[in-house]
Parts: sequence; structure tokens; C-alpha cells
Amino acid sequence: MTNYDELTEFLLRLGDSALIQAQRLCEWTGRAPALEEEMGMMNVGLDLVGQARNWYEYAAERINDGTDADALAFRRDERAFRNLLLVEQPNGDFAVTMAKQFFYDAWQFHLLTLLKQASDERIAAIATKSLKEVTYHLRRSTQWVERLGDGTQESHERMEKAVDTVWRFTYELMEEGDTERALSASGILPSLATLPELWRSTVKHTLSNATLTLPEPASSFYLNARAGVHSEHLGTLLAEMQFLQRAYPDASW
Amino acid sequence: MSEWTLFEVFIRSKHGLNHKHVGSVHATDQEMAIENARDLYTRRNEGVSIWVVPSAFITATATDEKDALFDPSEDKVYRHASFYELPDEVGHM
Repeated sequence: MTNYDELTEFLLRLGDSALIQAQRLCEWTGRAPALEEEMGMMNVGLDLVGQARNWYEYAAERINDGTDADALAFRRDERAFRNLLLVEQPNGDFAVTMAKQFFYDAWQFHLLTLLKQASDERIAAIATKSLKEVTYHLRRSTQWVERLGDGTQESHERMEKAVDTVWRFTYELMEEGDTERALSASGILPSLATLPELWRSTVKHTLSNATLTLPEPASSFYLNARAGVHSEHLGTLLAEMQFLQRAYPDASW
Repeated sequence: MSEWTLFEVFIRSKHGLNHKHVGSVHATDQEMAIENARDLYTRRNEGVSIWVVPSAFITATATDEKDALFDPSEDKVYRHASFYELPDEVGHM
């Protein structure tokens, strides 16, 4: 397997997370609780596909072996994907979907805010553009978590259960990896050391408004997306997402 | 879904001075109505401002009142500015 440099690894982490989150949102097409909500979710999904494309195009230029954004999305295997474990988890009910979305949005929001200051101009530009979209995504998912958490008894119970269901995968959002630390040390990225605290503070605030319990910080376990060791769910997701390009390589409209 | 409230949506476009009715959305509360309106009606760069109002709060004229309310103005042509001849001295208005 190809060894990518640290910046490329970081770009793939951002791009893969956005793409897989978008793919999970797509699964709600035709099944959302209301037409309006479906449009809202698909808009978020489309924003994320656009963000993934921007990160992939930059990554492809760095890899510089003829690959492109489509190839990175559709021709890599599970072990090469660097997305957060959180976003590959099944959608479950609407509460689980919103819990995943909210935790991811809060992470994206603070990460992109920090990345706006990156000395790498390309990263700063993509972060600035994406942050506008993500600010809205976070607003939507925050309101859903609060609405369901502080809603009826059933919605409260389901939202609480949803937080518990996906919480263990949030350890990755609380962890500054060696890759990020090295990129910050070499001055390409600003320091991301504050990200875990920023994320937890946003989550704490919203869960409190939603009358939900804030769990203790999650700890790492044997799965490790940075090394391509994913949960069993990513493989089946990719099988569906990549089917067309695998079966009919270079198919186009 | 049947419990959701229907809201009417009004959008002010970039070059427009007033909000115009564009359609309706379902939502559980006002905040969600604004967001659903944003997602349904401003996808193609249509707006800079959104108003939403619960449809139930709108009082409307009834169809069978149409004749009494609107027909009487049909033959009052003098209510239009074009009915009057402008003196030449006024020039273009």
C-alpha cells in the first residue's frame, strides 16, 4: 500500500470523513420523516460531497501519480480510508443519525475555524468556504438534538440512547494524532491542541440544553481509523457507494 | 407529520424591496420553519431574508366573496392614472 506524506494523510482524513458522512445521509433519501427534512439532509450531504471533492483534489495533486478526486473516492479499499469511525456507523433511528451529525458538525466547526489560520493557503481557503456551510449544519443538528432531548418522554429516551450508542466512537474527536502534531510543528497547520476541549465544551452546552447526560470522555479501543482499521460497517457502505465505478470503470454520464 | 404546523414562507430577493410569498413548509416550530424554508426556497441563491408565519394566522378572503369584493372596481376606469390626459406642459412623468 502506498505511503502518503503527513499532509496527504490529513487531507484524506478530512475528505473521507465528509464523503462517508454524506453517503450515510443519502441513505435517508425517500425515508426521511418529512419532505422538508429530507431536503434539509440532502442539502447537508451535497455540501459535504463538495467539501470532500475540494480536499481530494488537493490530495490528488500531492500524490501526483495520475490519480484524481473520483479515483480517491471510488477506487480505494476500506483499509485505505481515513474517515472517522463515527461517520461510518449505521444511521439507526433519526435520533442516532442526529447524534452522529451533531458530534461530527461540532468537530468540523472547531477544526475548520482553526484551519482558517493555516499557513497553507489552499487549506485556509477550503476551510473558510466550508465553514460557512458547516456553521449552518451545526445549527440544524444542534436544534434537533435539543428538540428531541427536551421533547416528549419517548424522544428524550431515544436521544439519550442515541448518544450512548455512538459515544464510544467520539474518542477520535478528542484525540490529537501524531500526524496533526507533526504538521503543526512544521508550521503547515496551526496548533490543533485545543480542538478536544472546544469540541467537548460545545457538546456539553448542547447536551445540557437538551436535558441529556454528558458521558465521561470516551477512551480509545482496538479500532483505529488513522491506520485504516475500521468497524465492520465501512466495507458494506463502500461496496454500495463504489459499485458503479468498480463494475464499469470510467463510466460517465 | 400530521402534527406538524404549516407555515407560509416569504422571501426577499437580493434586488427586491419587499418579501414575496413563495410557498409553504411543514415544521414543528418557528426555528425549524426558517431552516426548512432556507433549504427549500433559497437553494438557488434566491434570497437574502426569510419570513415565516403559521398559515393559521392568515385571514383570507373567501372565493364566493369575489364578486362583491372585486367586481365593482372593474368599471371605475377613472381610478387609474391613465384615465387622465396630461397637459403638454407637464412633460414626461
